[in-house]
Amino acid sequence: MSATEPVIFEYSTPGRGASDQWPPQVAEALLADLPGALRRATPPQLPEVGELEAVRHFTRLSQLNFSIDTHFYPLGSCTMKYNPKACNQYAMLPQFLARHPLAPESHGQGFLACMHELQEMLKEVTGMQGVALSPMAGAHGEFAGVAMIRAYHRARGDLKRNVIIVPEAAHGTNPATATMCGCVVREIPVDAQGDVDLEALRAAVGPSTAGIMLTNPSTLGVFERHIKEVARIVHEAGGLLYYDGANLNAILGKVRPGDMGFDVIHMNLHKTFSTPHGGGGPGAGAVGVGARLLPFLPIPLVAKEGERYRWLSESDLPQSIGRLSAFMGNAGVLLRAYIYMRLLGREGMQRVGEYATLNANYLMQRLKDAGFDAAYPERRASHEFIITLRRQARELNVTAMDFAKRLLDYGFHAPTTYFPLLVPECLLIEPTETESRQVLDAFVTAMSQIQKEAEQEPARVTGAPHTMPVRRLDDVRAARQLDLTWKPTAPPQTATNPGD
Amino acid sequence: MAFIPHTPADVTAMLAAIGASSLDELFDEIPQELRIHSLERIPEALNEMQVGRLMSERALADGLLLNFIGAGAYEHHIPAAVWAITTRGEFYSAYTPYQAEASQGTLQLIYEFQTMIARLTGMEVANASMYDGASAMAEAALMAVRANRKSKAARILVPTSVHPYYRRVALASTHNQGLKFEELPYGAADGVLSLATLARHEADDCTALIIQQPNFFGRLEDVDALTDWAHARGMLVIGVVNPTSLGLLKPPGQWGAQGADIAVGEGQPLGVPLSSGGPYFGFMTSRMEHVRQLPGRIVGRTLDAAGKPGFTLTLQAREQHIRRAKATSNICTNQGLLMTAATIYLSLMGPQGVARTAAMSHARTRELVDLLTHLPGVRSAFAGPVFHEAVLQLDRPVAPVLKALAARGIAAGLDLAGLYPELGHALLVCATETKTQADLERLRGALAEVLQPARAA
Repeated sequence: MSATEPVIFEYSTPGRGASDQWPPQVAEALLADLPGALRRATPPQLPEVGELEAVRHFTRLSQLNFSIDTHFYPLGSCTMKYNPKACNQYAMLPQFLARHPLAPESHGQGFLACMHELQEMLKEVTGMQGVALSPMAGAHGEFAGVAMIRAYHRARGDLKRNVIIVPEAAHGTNPATATMCGCVVREIPVDAQGDVDLEALRAAVGPSTAGIMLTNPSTLGVFERHIKEVARIVHEAGGLLYYDGANLNAILGKVRPGDMGFDVIHMNLHKTFSTPHGGGGPGAGAVGVGARLLPFLPIPLVAKEGERYRWLSESDLPQSIGRLSAFMGNAGVLLRAYIYMRLLGREGMQRVGEYATLNANYLMQRLKDAGFDAAYPERRASHEFIITLRRQARELNVTAMDFAKRLLDYGFHAPTTYFPLLVPECLLIEPTETESRQVLDAFVTAMSQIQKEAEQEPARVTGAPHTMPVRRLDDVRAARQLDLTWKPTAPPQTATNPGD
Repeated sequence: MAFIPHTPADVTAMLAAIGASSLDELFDEIPQELRIHSLERIPEALNEMQVGRLMSERALADGLLLNFIGAGAYEHHIPAAVWAITTRGEFYSAYTPYQAEASQGTLQLIYEFQTMIARLTGMEVANASMYDGASAMAEAALMAVRANRKSKAARILVPTSVHPYYRRVALASTHNQGLKFEELPYGAADGVLSLATLARHEADDCTALIIQQPNFFGRLEDVDALTDWAHARGMLVIGVVNPTSLGLLKPPGQWGAQGADIAVGEGQPLGVPLSSGGPYFGFMTSRMEHVRQLPGRIVGRTLDAAGKPGFTLTLQAREQHIRRAKATSNICTNQGLLMTAATIYLSLMGPQGVARTAAMSHARTRELVDLLTHLPGVRSAFAGPVFHEAVLQLDRPVAPVLKALAARGIAAGLDLAGLYPELGHALLVCATETKTQADLERLRGALAEVLQPARAA
């Protein structure tokens, strides 16, 4: 992977185009009703390339990517498991693709049946009482969840509750979501074993507590053992519990957020239910709620009345937090999740949590045996775990980022680096259940090899990657000399090393 | 099963390495009383062949309607190359390009997308996409409050001719932060916002004015005058635009003397199938001076350690994973794959293809309106130019008419009775380049039949 590909505008030739794809030219007279002052004076400066040129360009760009289909991708907290091809193929049947979002329900009963069954299955695996499918990503689901918590308190006339408690290791989206919902964030520490500090929690709750946002297993890769006590403390203080479903894969079929005492959860269908990550979306962040929050679910929902399915809207749910997408969210993604759940079935879904956990514990053990330091060596790993390279950074001056970049040269996507912020020089590693033992063993071999390099020829590691399309990029320059759109003049070049 | 490759021998060896006697033992930190042992309401697994059969049956049950509904989601031709490339595993199964060196394909594609969207809208900078057009408008309102430091009001002027669902999403997304939306009526005769209506807010402290072009009724707003009016009063202008229309219509970057400050829209018309409402993507652009107020991912071109150009996520200090509670938005995952499809679509269409698509869609809609308004009992609701969508008024309630047409395999448009009761028996119709003259004739014939049941019988 040392190729580079020009920006598509550099292929542009005036007058060329994929004209086989264009509709015929319309006589100018047919546009005469459009006032001249509202017309565009010059055509948009889009590339002018032939179809084959475009196909080659974008195919080559694809080849510059790592992906699940091509590489082991143990990106912690992201659940990069195999995306079954069937889910894509059957979600893209022509009738599903052509259906307009506002088309009559009479001509969407097949689609609506899938959505209703998906709602029901998600209720079952999470132990919640209602599910809404419209949020379009995890953070969007978080927004829906916290907005419901606010609406709940407001409906009770409990107007002072605007504080959201989050553990310090939480995903950045948690505090950002609380802010978007007009809440104040209060962070609490975790103890040395990775559990929430219960004393700090007791001190934090009070009459202004709206709720707590928790990920369980936590971002530290361990199960929150005092979850029932956490739930009791927060509920007794009048707050509600929000479950960040980023790590639901770890416990699928083993334990349910609803049973732990959570009032509301979002599920990342693009993680646990294997819809594609798409280079950064589309996700889907369905939300589930317990009884107290049922009236506040975002619309639309799908209801089954007799043998007919229909959308529920504002008039059916007057206390709803409202509409979060123009139509009904990422319908095509929801279809993929539905197909995945039907393929797995009851038993398959219970195997997910088991084998995700088996792979993580095996990989953690093998890395410990190879001399790496686990952040929580006394704890079971959940579906992911943290290796800290603080010793390597101190003794060898080789950081977690250096290991991450060198892994790319070995053909592995890097784990999540420097998150959670709590653990210095950390790699958050999530192998998922769809990887074989052989792949995990090869990863351990690569890590050991890099360790050896770090000891013997550290420049190999600190200068990595060496085999990617580019070397390490200058992020400071990117932010200071903003170049966000292509312009015909070439960017200023610095001297290049001719031997490189 | 469940796409898990382990053999029994693997499991035995792996448990031995861990020092655990069973898979169950790996969950021994979870309190026993919380453990579940079955998921009774989940059906048994289907194999791929069975799932294929089930999904095909459901799809066939839904059928294919001849579609004349627009209302924010538009049926356009999608070149086969768009999704053939978009669904390549290297795009489909990659994630957010956190490891830039191993994600140059996605990063360069986002850079190309930002460039194309900036050029299409005439704006200076674009981000890497939002969830959809509605959520992009909500984020634009929040962004305007951050960017307009002169205004303290957090009050946004929004005409009721802006898509009603967009207005609802904006409210649901921002009211907890105290934003207020002041709704401005459209003219009953012409369906657009007038300066006379705006004059009532002459003295108010307002953050921004939202202008949708074309508006929800397909009508063209006087964008130059509206933009200049807002700028003269210290407000920002947020344009909400249909990207196809920009093949023909003045881009928001050129509205009035200074251009819009923020422009957003629904990207679906650019190569994304209707698909019951999603996944789509929102695009979001602004002037360069506001770039640090933009939410979402932004890609920049820079140099690598050897001085070679490359691409990376930039200005991340705006984002949730760095700024946490102080981020510009909580958005993390966006709509990368749809942005990929749109970039390929725009490359294949180029300036001529986009202009032709806009022109043909507009011409078809004019023909359709002309055909239908020649039927007795059908007339245009508003006087004045439209772009590829229009409101008709019938002489009777619309719902039963639409039901009868659906039974004939036609989705004839959107009934506005619930959204705009003041318009009476109003129907929003749209035709794009995908409709032939025979299609238009089929709708005309069917509507004539439904409106005159006596003669049809």
